[in-house]
Amino acid sequence: MNVETAKTNKPRKNAFVMFIHKMGSPPWFYNFTGKFIPWFWAIFIVLTVWGLYLGLVKAPADYLQGESFRILYIHVPAAWMSLLIYISMAIMAFIALVWRIRIVEILAMTSAPIGAAFTIVTLAAGSLWGRPTWGTYWVWDARLTSELVLLFIYLGIIGLYNAIDEPRKAARAACLLALVGAVNLPIIHYSVKWWNTLHQGSSISLMGGSSIDTSMLWPLLIMAVATKFYYGANLLTRARVKLLEQDIRKAWVREVLKEKNG
Amino acid sequence: MSGQAVNASLSRAFFALVRRDILLAFRRRTELLFPVIFLMVVVSLFPLGIGPGPQLLARIAPGVIWIAALLATVISLDALFRSDFEDGTLEQFVISGHPLTLIALAKILSHWLVAGLPIVLLSPLLALWMNLPGESLGVMILTLAIGTPILSLIGSIGVGLTISLKRGGQLLSLLVFPLYVPILIIATAAVMAASDSLPYTQFLGLLTAGLITSVTLAPFAAAAALKISLS
Amino acid sequence: MSHTPFIIGAYSIGAIVLLWCAFAPLLRKKSITRDIRRLVQVEERSRDTNT
Repeated sequence: MNVETAKTNKPRKNAFVMFIHKMGSPPWFYNFTGKFIPWFWAIFIVLTVWGLYLGLVKAPADYLQGESFRILYIHVPAAWMSLLIYISMAIMAFIALVWRIRIVEILAMTSAPIGAAFTIVTLAAGSLWGRPTWGTYWVWDARLTSELVLLFIYLGIIGLYNAIDEPRKAARAACLLALVGAVNLPIIHYSVKWWNTLHQGSSISLMGGSSIDTSMLWPLLIMAVATKFYYGANLLTRARVKLLEQDIRKAWVREVLKEKNG
Repeated sequence: MSGQAVNASLSRAFFALVRRDILLAFRRRTELLFPVIFLMVVVSLFPLGIGPGPQLLARIAPGVIWIAALLATVISLDALFRSDFEDGTLEQFVISGHPLTLIALAKILSHWLVAGLPIVLLSPLLALWMNLPGESLGVMILTLAIGTPILSLIGSIGVGLTISLKRGGQLLSLLVFPLYVPILIIATAAVMAASDSLPYTQFLGLLTAGLITSVTLAPFAAAAALKISLS
Repeated sequence: MSHTPFIIGAYSIGAIVLLWCAFAPLLRKKSITRDIRRLVQVEERSRDTNT
């Protein structure tokens, strides 16, 4: 069936379709993405240094929370990334399940550990922010609780992917789980939010009524962009390593490594 | 074959499958009792661990009974497709040409009848132990009656995904517990509202909406999961 | 209460987790290339003994 559709589409095959086809070939993907990774890391480092300089040194202390609000510049970008990576993983999981493209399967699955890492950072930073703000390290605040459930879902996906031996079957099973999680996450988020108001838990948000000044907003935005480059670089690195690992007995892997050594 | 005949043969296959599973379950009657005994043991641990104060027990009763129901469901879930997977019956079903979604739905229904319904029937005793106020007992039973089928439905997806693993049990609990969070929240909220003589019908409505959604979506996801596991 | 230790703590946990997350695949790649090199050596040796 795929062959047929490819034939009928032939006259309309443009540069974008060609690009997609090329991305599907492991050696091409390996070499093509290899060129971008150093640049992504460089942009990430420059933006992070700049953003942290603005946020930790330049920005004035918050008049309500004092210095502790500076945790915002890591907590909030990490929280955004934990969700954004899940969305990107779910979209790739859908593509992987429908069109069975191996590279997309790998990209979806290598997203999960990065998302889990950002979720851990969000939880740790949020809890360290909570100590000076709420007086305790952990409150069952709606946002922290949702992040905790999100972490469990990430861990489930990673666990399922690693538990099944056959790599493509593992990827397809974990992709399906990622999609089931994507359907459930909004429900979980709203039910947890509502549960929090129901039990009159601490409804004090970490932002606690502070309006964001532009001098506080810029470092936040810069950090948000920087973390996206971190994701890009880390994702491509992980996907390339996964390709090497899966294709360990294929000829292209040896050629690629020989080129690098020789 | 006309459309009606196909429908008739599908529903016949569906009910034949449910009947077969229940007969098989009743052949192993002691195994049938394990989740029920498990539920009773878990609930009885709470007064021992927390203390027998009736007010405190009444306060935590909805949460305790519901969490025990979640645990009991998860330990019984593994049996949902296990024996059929191991002896190759599941592959036979796929080859037979009957839609896998329907087969999954039949297996889920029989799982609920065997493992979920006993929880609902046992809940009055558990409520008594936990000193749950009498007026909220009916709501407790209702939430369990609506909620435990959702647990079986969502759980079936997890079972489908982990069935090819030799020891998938622990992984299965990691996969399904996060997905159970909204049900736990809504169901316990309904019972607590009833205990405080507050309106609770909206929560039952939400639970019912959850049941309808999961009946329409979960069998497809479970069938897709089984297909991946069988490939 | 001084907030500085909490800020330092949050950023250092973030740095450790993200650095580990970034370097883990590189370590994995190292071990894979080692495996591949060993595989190639074994194949060459068996080819030598066969001829």
